Amino acid sequence: MFILSALGRVTGRLLQEMGGMAVLLGQSLLYLPRRPYRWRYFFRQLEFIGVNSLFIVILTGLFTGMVLALQAYYGLRKFGGESMLGAGVALSMTRELGPVLTALMVAARAGSAMAAELGTMKVTEQVDALLAMAVHPVHYLALPRLLASVIMVPLLTVISVFIGIVGGYFVGVILLGVNPGTYMQKMLEVVTADDLYNGLYKSVVFGLLLAVISCYEGLQAKGGAEGVGLVTTRAVVLSAIAILIFDYIMTAMLF
Amino acid sequence: MTDKRHIIRLEQVYKSFNGLKVLRGLDLVIPQGEITVILGRSGGGKSVLLKHFLGLLLPDQGHVLVDGQNLVALAERQLFQVRKRFGYLFQNGALFDSLTVGENVAFPLQEHTNWRWTKIKAVVEEKLQQVGLQGITEKMPGELSGGMRKRVALARALALDPEILLFDEPTTGLDPIMTTTIGDLIATTVRRLQVTAVIISHDLSLAFSLADTIAFLHRGRIIAHTDPESFRNSPLEPIQQFIAGRPDTTVDNTQKDED
Ligand SMILES: Nc1ncnc2c1ncn2[C@@H]1O[C@H](COP(=O)(O)OP(=O)(O)O)[C@@H](O)[C@H]1O
Ligand SMILES: [Mg+2]
Repeated sequence: MFILSALGRVTGRLLQEMGGMAVLLGQSLLYLPRRPYRWRYFFRQLEFIGVNSLFIVILTGLFTGMVLALQAYYGLRKFGGESMLGAGVALSMTRELGPVLTALMVAARAGSAMAAELGTMKVTEQVDALLAMAVHPVHYLALPRLLASVIMVPLLTVISVFIGIVGGYFVGVILLGVNPGTYMQKMLEVVTADDLYNGLYKSVVFGLLLAVISCYEGLQAKGGAEGVGLVTTRAVVLSAIAILIFDYIMTAMLF
Repeated sequence: MTDKRHIIRLEQVYKSFNGLKVLRGLDLVIPQGEITVILGRSGGGKSVLLKHFLGLLLPDQGHVLVDGQNLVALAERQLFQVRKRFGYLFQNGALFDSLTVGENVAFPLQEHTNWRWTKIKAVVEEKLQQVGLQGITEKMPGELSGGMRKRVALARALALDPEILLFDEPTTGLDPIMTTTIGDLIATTVRRLQVTAVIISHDLSLAFSLADTIAFLHRGRIIAHTDPESFRNSPLEPIQQFIAGRPDTTVDNTQKDED
């Protein structure tokens, strides 16, 4: 009985939050064409996400590509398919691991920072100050972050995929001694532009998800520093869950 | 006060937070073109009251009328139009800490005018100078003292020369000389631009020197609203206690009790 009611409460809260996030997204779309366009603020958000996440995205991309090459080599060798190593690494990176890992890293790095910044603004009445000056927080704070995330996450994904393929090449060709010619040839043969596009569609959705969730959670902050910490954690956890769930849904639908 | 125009009118306003009854059937009118000072104990709900004036908080029950428009019934867009008429100084300043001092003061100008940057810059300099601050436009709010932050916030609230000014403890945390300077600035602004000002304070000397009328908030209601002279001579016990600075010995004034 106790477990059921607790479960009910959690579900109720989650549904309520999802409703709130949908409203935030809707308001952002409504405000999208409205003046003033705050270009400088928008570029600051682009820079913020890029600068915050670039290094960690390169690092994850590199090691993911490298470990993929090791694992795939182990599997492919069993039936003499080492020549497909390049194709295997590139397919995994473009379609799946590049978009997902990049989004998870951006959520952990930039999403948490967004939630913390907006949360601090909320509890120190800076959000109230915006309202008092007749500026909508969704227009001023959330919209530029949503846009920046939708642009930067795919860009970072491209970087991550590229670096991952380089890492895979390094391990496959230089460490494991696969023939460089076949490695590249099979890769270019098998992987199509559609694979990259599919990954990028995903990353656009992931970018939107993590920004909506992080902004929403930030604007929900209550109390003091503790409240800010709470919403920051929630933002990262919920973003990660949402990214993984939408990854499955989109994979099932797209292919 | 019946012959005067009332720019803001609160009728039977109730507001509670998680069972804590802060406003309990509050009535208050703000005469146009005058300075109204609202006094009351700390934690008594003065900031909560002021936030109702521009719909930052909406009452659980009752009405808030600004120039005849009921804020409770307004659509969000109309509410934003009403807010453009206000300048609001938050108790803690509420400066944007990711923007410089200059960008903070310029903020309402950039949002609501299409002035050129040179003109905005000139107004920013002027407003900062009025609050006794110069050469700090490039500083971040975090680098300033509490009193300086409050003065920057005051400059931001005055930037658009709004017609209704709401000040939440404008002089708390300032030294006596700066208190006088800010008091004078508020008075001259109100007289010069013929605007309305509401000042929340617990500074009696500021209240007596600036106010056209003084309202006293006690246990969620305005129990008196008169000119300074009658206020000083009020027979009401809570007011005499407040003026004399005597501790309240009768009942505690956290509002968890009765009605
Ligand atoms: N947003 C809020 N949520 C919950 N409680 C609040 C909120 N705002 C104010 N309060 C409570 O209302 C009471 C009055 O607060 P306030 O208006 O800040 O007092 P004052 O400004 O007179 O010192 C306090 O007990 C405060 O904790
Ligand atoms: Mg207060």
